[in-house]
Amino acid sequence: MPEDTKGTKNGKLKLGLYWAASCGGCEIAIVELREKILDLDAAADILFWPCAMDFKYKDVEAMPDGHIDVCLFNGAIRTSENEHVAHLLRQKSKVLVAFGSCAHLGGIPGLGNLFDRQSIFERAYLEAPSVDNPEGILPQTSCQLPEGEVTIPYFYNTVKSLAQVEDVDYFIPGCPPQAPQIWAVVEAILSGNLPPKGSVVGANEKTVCDECEHKREEKRIKKFYRPHEIIPDHERCLFDQGIICAGPATRGGCGALCPSVDMPCRGCYGPPPNVIDQGAALLSAVASVVDADTEEEAARIVGEIVDPVGTFYRFGLPASLLHRSKLEEGS
Amino acid sequence: MNANFEPRIVGFLCNWCTYAAADTAGVSRMEQPPNVDIIRVMCSGRVDPVFILKAFAEGADGVIVSGCHPPGDCHYQQGNYKTFRRMPLVEALLAQYGIEKERFHWGWISGAEAPKWAQLVRDFTEQVRALGPLNWKRMFESKED
Ligand code: SF4
Ligand code: SF4
Ligand code: FES
Repeated sequence: MPEDTKGTKNGKLKLGLYWAASCGGCEIAIVELREKILDLDAAADILFWPCAMDFKYKDVEAMPDGHIDVCLFNGAIRTSENEHVAHLLRQKSKVLVAFGSCAHLGGIPGLGNLFDRQSIFERAYLEAPSVDNPEGILPQTSCQLPEGEVTIPYFYNTVKSLAQVEDVDYFIPGCPPQAPQIWAVVEAILSGNLPPKGSVVGANEKTVCDECEHKREEKRIKKFYRPHEIIPDHERCLFDQGIICAGPATRGGCGALCPSVDMPCRGCYGPPPNVIDQGAALLSAVASVVDADTEEEAARIVGEIVDPVGTFYRFGLPASLLHRSKLEEGS
Repeated sequence: MNANFEPRIVGFLCNWCTYAAADTAGVSRMEQPPNVDIIRVMCSGRVDPVFILKAFAEGADGVIVSGCHPPGDCHYQQGNYKTFRRMPLVEALLAQYGIEKERFHWGWISGAEAPKWAQLVRDFTEQVRALGPLNWKRMFESKED
C-alpha cells in the first residue's frame, strides 16, 4: 500500500464507494457496520458514495489522479457506464477494491451470461407477464426528443467482473460481505497493514465446511433435493442429506452463515485458494457422492439436478473458465 | 463449407485401456486423421471436469474422455465409476453453455479394441469438422460486448 495513503490534511483516509451492476445489498452491508459506521466516519472522509450522498461523476472527474485513498467498488460490469466509471475510479484511486461477489466474480447479475442482450431485452421488455408495451419498444442508446438527443449507456452482451476490465488491488468476497469482515479490512487499511496486491481479504484460506458445525459422515446419495423439497435434520451435514451444498467448493470467512440456519451454502465467497473453477469443483463434489453402480442409475440421479450452471456457478459465472454461454457470431 | 477446417480435438485417455488401444492403433498403422491430441492420464477417474472446460476455453473444438469398461476393467477398480457419475453432469453443463453435444464424447475402449479407437477418431473428427470451429475465445475479444 502506498505510503501516502493517509496523507490528507486532517489525517483522515479518503474513501470512495461505488455501485455498478448490483442489487444494493453491498451498500446495506456497509450500513450494517451499525455504530462502527461512526468510527468509520471519524477515520475517513467519504468523497464519493452515489447511493447515500449527492456526488456527481464530474466531482470525481475533477479530482487529481490517485486522490481517493481507497475505493470500495461493488457490482459487476454490465453496461458501458459501469465500465467507464470503473476506469475513472481506477485512475482516481490509490487502492481499488472489488467489494462483494458481483465485483469479485460477476455475482448474480453474471447469470445473465447464459443469455445475450437481445434475449434479455425480449424477456424483460416484451415477454414477461407483467409487461405492458404494445409498441414493443426496446431500449435504444440514443433517442431524439424535442429538447435534443438523449443517450443512455450501452448494455453489454456479457457481464464481467471488475478485474476483467480494470486492475484490482484487493478482493472482498461475499453476497454481501459480512460486517465483521468489512470492519477487519477497514482496520487493516487504517493500520496500513494490507497483504500483497491481488489478495482476497475479509475471508480465510479454508472452506465453508471447515467453519460449519453440521456433522459429516460418509455421503451416499440416491436423490438430490432442492431446499424447498425437504426439511433437513439440523445436526447432520446438509450435503449428506442430499441437499447440494457449495460448502466444500467455497472459501470460508462468513462463519458458515447459511448452513447454520439449515440452508445450503450457495457459494457466495467464491472458490477457495487454488481452485481454478468453483463450479467444476462443486460438480466433482456432487458427482462423488452419487450412489450408483451403473451408468443408467448415475445418469438418472444427476439428471434430476435442475439448472447445473446456475447451481454450480451461482455467484461466479463471468469469472469462471468459460465465462458465458455461446454467442452466435454477430449477435 | 468446413471441408478445409482442421478441428483440434483433445483426448484424455486412461493409461491402461484406451491409451493402449490408441497406441496399438498407431503401431498397427490403422487409418486415422491426425486431429486428436492425446493426453495420457492414469485413469479416466483422474479427469477433473476442469480439464474439459479448460480445453474448450482455450480453443479445443472437441473433447474425448475414454477409459476402461465398467464394471470391472478399471485398473483402480472403480475409477471409471467416478467417470460415469461425473460425465452426465459435464454433458448437462456443456448443453447449458451452448456447446453442441457432438463436440464431447465420453466412453470406454479397452486395450484390445484398437480398431474401435481408430473408428472413433475418424467419426468424431468428421462430426466436429461438420460443426465448424468453436473458437470460444472470440466472444471476449470484442470490446463492445
Ligand atoms: S457440505 Fe455444507 S452442510 Fe455439509 S459440512 Fe460443508 S458447509 Fe456444512
Ligand atoms: S454459507 Fe456460503 S452462501 Fe452463505 S454466506 Fe457463507 S459463503 Fe455465502
Ligand atoms: S484405469 Fe482405465 S478407467 Fe481407470
